[in-house]
Amino acid sequence: MTKIKSFDELRKIKAKIIKTSGEANSPNSLIKIKVGMATCGIASGAGEIMQVLVEECERQAIDVTIKQTGCLGYCYAEPMVEVQIPGAEPVVFGYVDKNRALEIIGKFILQRKPIEGVIPVSFKTINELN
Amino acid sequence: MTVLKKQVRIALRNCGVIDPEQIEDAIACDAYFALGKCLTTYSPDEVISEIKTSGLRGRGGGGFPTGLKWEITKNVESDQKYVVCNADEGDPGAFMDRSILEGDPHSVLEAMAICGYCIGANTGLIYIRAEYPLAIQRLKIAIKQAEEYGLLGDDILGSGFDFKIEMRYGAGAFVCGEETALIHSMEGLRGEPTVKPPFPSVSGYLGKPTNVNNVETFANIPVIINKGAKWFSRIGTEKSKGTKVFALAGKINNVGLIEVPMGTTLREVVYEIGGGIVNGKKFKSVQTGGPSGGCLTKDFLDTPIDYDNLVAAGSMMGSGGMIVMDEDDCMVSIAKFYLEFTLEESCGKCNPCRIGNKRLHEILTKITEGNGTVEDIERLKELSDVIKDTSLCGLGQSSPNPVLSTIANFEDEYMAHVKEGKCPAGQCKSLLRYDIVEDLCTGCTLCFRNCPVGAITGERRLPHFIDQSLCIKCGVCFEKCKFDAITLT
Amino acid sequence: MDTINLTIDNKTIEVKKGTSILDAAAEVGIEIPTLCHMKLHDLNIENKPGGCRICVVEVEGRRNLAPACCTDAHDGMEISTHSLRVVNARRTVMELILSDHPFECLICAKSGNCDLQDMAHQLGIREVHYKGEQSHYRADTSPAIIREIDKCIMCRRCETMCNDVQTVGVLSAINRGFNSVVSPAFEMNLDHSECTYCGQCVAVCPTGALTEVDETGKVIRALADPTKTVVVQTAPAVRAALGEEFGLEPGTLVTGKLVAALRRLGFNHVFDTDFAADLTIMEEGTELLNRLNRFLSGDKDVKLPILTSCCPAWVKFFEHQFPDMKDIPSTARSPMQMFGAIAKTYFAEKLAVKREDLVVVSIMPCVAKKYERGRDEFKVNGNPDVDHVITTRELAALIKLSNIDFNALPNEEFDNPLGESSGAGVIFGTTGGVIEAAVRTAYEIQTKKELPRLDFDELRGMEGIREATIDFDGLPIKIGIAHGLGNARKLLEDIQAGKSEFHAIEIMSCPGGCIGGGGQPYHHGDASILKKRQMAIYREDSNKAIRKSHENPYIINLYKEFLGEPMSEKAHHLLHTQYFDRTEKVKI
Repeated sequence: MTKIKSFDELRKIKAKIIKTSGEANSPNSLIKIKVGMATCGIASGAGEIMQVLVEECERQAIDVTIKQTGCLGYCYAEPMVEVQIPGAEPVVFGYVDKNRALEIIGKFILQRKPIEGVIPVSFKTINELN
Repeated sequence: MTVLKKQVRIALRNCGVIDPEQIEDAIACDAYFALGKCLTTYSPDEVISEIKTSGLRGRGGGGFPTGLKWEITKNVESDQKYVVCNADEGDPGAFMDRSILEGDPHSVLEAMAICGYCIGANTGLIYIRAEYPLAIQRLKIAIKQAEEYGLLGDDILGSGFDFKIEMRYGAGAFVCGEETALIHSMEGLRGEPTVKPPFPSVSGYLGKPTNVNNVETFANIPVIINKGAKWFSRIGTEKSKGTKVFALAGKINNVGLIEVPMGTTLREVVYEIGGGIVNGKKFKSVQTGGPSGGCLTKDFLDTPIDYDNLVAAGSMMGSGGMIVMDEDDCMVSIAKFYLEFTLEESCGKCNPCRIGNKRLHEILTKITEGNGTVEDIERLKELSDVIKDTSLCGLGQSSPNPVLSTIANFEDEYMAHVKEGKCPAGQCKSLLRYDIVEDLCTGCTLCFRNCPVGAITGERRLPHFIDQSLCIKCGVCFEKCKFDAITLT
Repeated sequence: MDTINLTIDNKTIEVKKGTSILDAAAEVGIEIPTLCHMKLHDLNIENKPGGCRICVVEVEGRRNLAPACCTDAHDGMEISTHSLRVVNARRTVMELILSDHPFECLICAKSGNCDLQDMAHQLGIREVHYKGEQSHYRADTSPAIIREIDKCIMCRRCETMCNDVQTVGVLSAINRGFNSVVSPAFEMNLDHSECTYCGQCVAVCPTGALTEVDETGKVIRALADPTKTVVVQTAPAVRAALGEEFGLEPGTLVTGKLVAALRRLGFNHVFDTDFAADLTIMEEGTELLNRLNRFLSGDKDVKLPILTSCCPAWVKFFEHQFPDMKDIPSTARSPMQMFGAIAKTYFAEKLAVKREDLVVVSIMPCVAKKYERGRDEFKVNGNPDVDHVITTRELAALIKLSNIDFNALPNEEFDNPLGESSGAGVIFGTTGGVIEAAVRTAYEIQTKKELPRLDFDELRGMEGIREATIDFDGLPIKIGIAHGLGNARKLLEDIQAGKSEFHAIEIMSCPGGCIGGGGQPYHHGDASILKKRQMAIYREDSNKAIRKSHENPYIINLYKEFLGEPMSEKAHHLLHTQYFDRTEKVKI
């Protein structure tokens, strides 16, 4: 990895990263799945859910990016999975067990049908505040 | 369903958004942009002035103005200075810092570098408890990745500024969250506080000027730089700017980590964000500030949460633990619980804390066991005042707060214990009494057969009796009786 | 120098910036009570953890009370040292301390000498309102020091002495909260640790938590045994301090009364360790000159500097800490052990008494001597050269127990042949004294000329590390002196690093030397007492008719009748020793 030698270079690298990973909401990017993998999530079984999601997507040959992320704050509803379908708002699912994980893929992603366990987003991001 | 967005995520902005083990994810969310901005466009004084203007105050509990702390450390002449991140989170039930470090380690690393640039330090140390293995692992990965990108190390972004970050591990002693104790622990000495002054800003790690800030404080810094102090200071109340992360726990439906603007009321936190009390029970109290804090009653539900209001209400902000209690919680037992914690976590250095808290705990035990007197309550108050007045460090100076605030706000519960021998919440076992109602007892012998200590006697088909001197209040008879013939008072 | 103005109890005063509230108050005659605080002026020793909270005062405008010992006075401060709030807090804290302290004053070794007892009295405590569980720890007995940690009040003075002053590092606080206690690591026994038994922890302990092993009972039994001949030797520093136990001014010399008291206690022969100190000079001085001359003639095997070896704590210190340097110190035994060896051979033969029937008792300013006498190398077939060691304090207790009116005693002389000593033997009791005594003899043996002067002021004083060059008739001899093991460590590290240029170094473990030993009357934090004892020692020296060891006629006679000459085979056998690597001996 080459060292970043100036602030300008950092800006360019950011632009490049965003371009390669695909603009968050652009309709032609991949479906993104995030699993809350902080200590709280892992303790509630997030590791296993992650594995189920990876294996199921491979089995069904669904082109998605699955990654870990930190704590979403909804401890009462761990493990948490966030799914972002291109062009739509991300949806957060709580109380995800193996069945619900399969449901997320089979029903929500493949059939775009609503399923149980959606956790309403209750916060504003820094970009929503002016 | 419409959801009011009561929360604002500044410190937690990237938690749950990025993969904490991928620096590219963080960069995509502007990580190290604030550092870049500082190194290329601002002088250290300008950055400090920006932090001061933002009104940011220490999130570890003390609430000391962060910009001022940086300025003091900057103004001390020294060949070597240090930036220390206090990640020794220890309040019972609190996990704000852990979540930030596990979800967005780069925000802390970036802020430490900014602080180093401001005060003239090129070494940062993160003091983290060894019980946080995942946070440690993610920090290590983040430090390595930042070094590979040249965002930490020598000549950062071609500015000529060098900054390296090392880890130091704590053994989970609560008192090591106190900055002088933390520094002694980092030096390999016993984790004990020393009298301030000298403050760490003047004489800290290895006797050098040291700026100690908490994880959450640091996590706010990049946003203040990127968005501007004015933007930040619009959030919050007059004297408490920005947001505060709370670990919401206890008898509440939505247990979790929340971040709300300063000035949000307890009612909004408990009923809107927290989803109300479990099983629709009655709210009794909310405890803030951890073992140093106090218990607030329903009268304070509409008080906007900020540093000064909480202190005025007899509690404190603390690092962000918030525990909700309902009608089934005994406030004497709650005070005893917190004291048990300080008792174990006191370093033992000064007498009021080492022995005084032990005596407070013994008096509380006496009360919960039904042997307390009205004088004991007076003694609790008197001793608490002396402990607060004479203890060496913040731990001892605040350890009686749970006792004093529960006496102030729930004196009737204390009185019920000592005068009537009753625990209104039914929590203090020694004060319970099981009786068999003669008219309802059929003499089925079920209670007799199940009593583990043989406290129940009686002839078959005749009313039974409980020998109170033998009864251990286990409640088995009460549960087993099919005729509701056993009462609990 | 910047000065500031402040008010203490309505008295306005001007003090230097950086003065503590405690010191500022003292300047206007207000003595704020302290318990954990201890400051030994001149020795640069200070313990102020700010832990006891007895010295709290009220500062106008401050949220809580301030500990006077570790809070600097500031300009414009208004301080009250005895307001209701202060007195209430102080007494409550005292009651708390007492609530966790055994009420065993009547049978405590420190009764009457206890800072805690005095403070309870000063604060007028008549009742302890707080009662509850008391800390309980097992007692730990070692050959020299007893730890009764139930009585520890966590003042941390012993830690300051053990870690900062002596750099031995055995005692530190362990555990947390109510269970905190000062202890060797892992709560190991003291005799498994690297403790040197220097006794400085005992010397500063405000309570009875740390005391010496009491051997007075054994001495009383020996004196009462008609089958035993009991001889006693008394170390130089004892005569300069014993009077304090009987209300005399510090620095009063009580040599004659001491001899009279020992005789009245029933010792058959009252001798002087100073005699053996003269003997030590003969052996150690000769060894020094041997090494020096071999070194000067180009012998590469010879190691310099030579280090003194009279101090048992120092010996144990280097055996633990610097085992690779165990061939550097002189092989000469300490005066106490030389005395024991001579008493149980030469003197026993003279009396025609079997060594088993001769009991040697030592009166020492030291607790490490209790350990030293038990070392295997100082025994013959299991019979030790020195049977019992009691400290200056224990001797005072013995005198009081025996209804002897010490102050009314006449001055008496030591017995012969082991009681005569030179002034050189006397000054063994203070830092700088052993090396000055050695110089007086070595100079004359080396140069074969008479010394032009006897007082070497350049070797005297209270500085922790001192150095001087003495002109041996054209040959400059470089001398180093350290007292306190922390200072000794610095010199040893220089030697290890090859930076030392000294020919000879004197080391004493205790601050001030033996006059400040762990077995001396308690100084209660007043370092001026040590200075007065030191002056007394030099006074005794200058009053002596003979002031050089090699001129002591009984020493000359001892060599003629018994030993032959210094470093002879017999002398080597009886008066020299060897050292051991103790790094493996520490058991956890």
